[in-house]
Amino acid sequence: MAAMNILETKGLTKIYGGLQANTDIDFTLQRNAITALIGPNGAGKSTFVGMVSGRTTPTRGKVFFEGQDISTLPAHKRMQLGMAYTFQITSIFPGLTVEDNVALAAGRKLAHDKAAHAAKTAAVLEKIGLAERADQTAADLSYGHQRVLEIAMGLAQDPKLFILDEPTQGLAEGEVDAFVTLMRSMAEETTILLIEHNMRVVTDTADHVTVLDQGRLLASGSFEEIHADPAVQAAYLGTTADV
Amino acid sequence: MDWTKSNALHIGTLVVLFALFFILPAYHVGAFSRIMVLAIYAIGFNLLFGYTGLLSLGHAMFFAAGMYGFGLSMNLGGLSVLPAFLIGVGAAGLLALGAGYLALRTIGVAFMIVTLMFAQTFYLVILYYGEYTRGDEGFIIQQTQRQIAGIDLTTETARYFTAFILFAVCFLAMARLVQRPFGKRLIAIRENEERARMLGYDVARLKLAALVVSGLFSGVAGAAYALLFGYVGASFASVQYSIFPLLWVLLGGAGTTVGPLIGVIFMFYLIDISSGVTNAYMLVAGLALVLLTLFAPQGLAGTLRKRALPWLP
Amino acid sequence: MDFGPHLMLASLEGAVISAILVLTAMGLSIVFGVMRVVNVAHGEFFMLGAVFAWAVTTMISGHAALGFVAALIIVPVLVGAIAAGVDQLILKRIDYDVDRTIVATIGVLYIVQQSTLMLYGPEARPVEPPFNLRLALPWFEFGENGFQMIWPWGLSVTTYKLFVIGAAIVVLGALWLVLTRTKIGLVMRATQQDRDMAQAFGVPVGQVYSLVFGLGAGLAALGAVLVVPIQQAHYLMGGDPLLLAFIVVIIGGLGSLPGTVIAALLIGMSDGIISVFFSPTLAKIIATFLVAMVLVFRPQGLMGRVAA
Repeated sequence: MAAMNILETKGLTKIYGGLQANTDIDFTLQRNAITALIGPNGAGKSTFVGMVSGRTTPTRGKVFFEGQDISTLPAHKRMQLGMAYTFQITSIFPGLTVEDNVALAAGRKLAHDKAAHAAKTAAVLEKIGLAERADQTAADLSYGHQRVLEIAMGLAQDPKLFILDEPTQGLAEGEVDAFVTLMRSMAEETTILLIEHNMRVVTDTADHVTVLDQGRLLASGSFEEIHADPAVQAAYLGTTADV
Repeated sequence: MDWTKSNALHIGTLVVLFALFFILPAYHVGAFSRIMVLAIYAIGFNLLFGYTGLLSLGHAMFFAAGMYGFGLSMNLGGLSVLPAFLIGVGAAGLLALGAGYLALRTIGVAFMIVTLMFAQTFYLVILYYGEYTRGDEGFIIQQTQRQIAGIDLTTETARYFTAFILFAVCFLAMARLVQRPFGKRLIAIRENEERARMLGYDVARLKLAALVVSGLFSGVAGAAYALLFGYVGASFASVQYSIFPLLWVLLGGAGTTVGPLIGVIFMFYLIDISSGVTNAYMLVAGLALVLLTLFAPQGLAGTLRKRALPWLP
Repeated sequence: MDFGPHLMLASLEGAVISAILVLTAMGLSIVFGVMRVVNVAHGEFFMLGAVFAWAVTTMISGHAALGFVAALIIVPVLVGAIAAGVDQLILKRIDYDVDRTIVATIGVLYIVQQSTLMLYGPEARPVEPPFNLRLALPWFEFGENGFQMIWPWGLSVTTYKLFVIGAAIVVLGALWLVLTRTKIGLVMRATQQDRDMAQAFGVPVGQVYSLVFGLGAGLAALGAVLVVPIQQAHYLMGGDPLLLAFIVVIIGGLGSLPGTVIAALLIGMSDGIISVFFSPTLAKIIATFLVAMVLVFRPQGLMGRVAA
């Protein structure tokens, strides 16, 4: 495997009590780029990233991370290999300070080295713009800041692959702009798999777009190619008004 | 800055406990020997309940494992204090490892019931092997045996300072542990288990580690109780002794370093006073549990931290 | 006695234990099923039932049956009312939070138990059965004279014990009718399915919860009234029924009523039979440990279905 893809799935399928949420998904993800996963509600996007990250057990199929078969690894082992995951519904440590939240994320790799740990935590807080709120309890942050904190926790892990499940959901326009800027700056160091409903975010950030529909992979390519694809138009773009 | 404040608090607590020996009348010195030993048990329970967020209703089995491991290896095995103490603590740790491995496959209510039933099994096993354990009646460890390097541990002074040293070691060790990455990770599990897992932490392993450390502390307390007060009995393995640490920690403040000690002091004297009035002294415990869940779920130290002292460790 | 008659005697004892157990466990199961909380004080409501039964029968003079019938009617209602009060005063205020409910009901356990100790005392007190005819039972044997019926010495049952078994069956039947055929039963099932939805449809969820909690405690108390003529009333008698009821509810699948009935029969019969032939402590050790293992490896219970 010379030009090894960072992530690859083969025949990934999930059946919930007779209902096929994902069917035979063969997917490859390009390194150091932003790939957006789009599709109408119920297309199986969250199921798909759930199986990639290890939160959901596939009915069949395989997942490869940097060429290694990780299909049987539990979620935490996959994260240890270099994945990071942000939840669709904000998931932070509400009773801890902002700093402790980030420190916990950075600490899995760096806890043995106190100085490096503190430096990493401070750097991430600075980058994400939460430095002056470091001592606040996370539960007291505004919704927008909590979303940002969750992304900061992902950054603090220095992931090779960063999975973002609808990161801009519920954010105000201005916050979305700041987020787009942040995404672009992250793309230099990491690979991003982004589930997104907001088409503006997709056009502004994504190098590649993959479309899921009814649990099947419908099309992949640049945004323009996807936009021109008749199958996509029929299945997805035609049915929703947000493009 | 907070670090120095919490250090000052911990050292200050120990200084006060040290000084109490010279200030208090004899009866209360005896009471505080007991309180410090029980506080070790509460500290162990607090690691699991207060910091990791796991409610065990069967901790008496670890306390009793320490107690019986120590008592039986002295009385039946003829060992001296130190090796017997290690066996007691080791027995509690091993039991915690085994019970934890099984019980931690469950969560929530099931975890509580499974730990309760494991402890009940352990209690019944003690009764069943009454030939060795003397069942409900229990047995006494002779005064002459309770000494280390020629120092008689049954005098009031030796007893107080043995309890004090053991308490100080456990208290400081736990205070440090919860400030270190290991402790922070346990708190993370309490706060949001799924998030901790998705940060790459092996949650199952961390929980098991927390349970084993918690069991070891409980074992130290159980062995120390047998050593200092010379009695080993099945009542220490009963459900009541699984409920007590919950009560102490809830009262003092779950997830705080000083909470367990505060809780034990309050409850000890509450029961001490009420048992002078009535034989139904556990009524106080029941009322305390209900009132705490209703009005102060964070306990004394927890409420203090929320209202006035956010730095409280 | 030979093995055969001995086994028959043990089975009869087991049936009586099952009868009491099924009522107690059903109370726990309904409360868990509808309210999703674990009532650790359940055994104390059982004990209260026994103690109140003693009080009622002592107060009413005349034939023993008179007092007993009065107890049978008054005591479950009284205990149910106390439990409903506990629900309103405590559980409602902590919003039925699972963990805090366990802690609070542990508190209630001690309050009820210790108050009983203060007011009633540490003595065990008997209640006279309303009728207690001893019936000798026959045993069939293939002996030297061919097939014959013998009357082994000691193989007998009292009419009262048969009444307990019958009463439990009647109560279960009535309960089943209430749950499936009445409006109250419908409301309870609706609340169990979806609390918020039921509320939206105008079901007074708060009152339903109090009713269910009271009903659960009342069933335990009813079991206790039935048991006091066999076993004396004592302030610590709530421990064993609680543990056994837990075991039954877990084996039967938490909240599953048919599962609860089957499990109560299984546990009651085996408890009766095992404790006749083996050491009761050993029997308890094995039962307790096995139940813990069931929870670890099959948390949905032996008869429950796996949740999707």
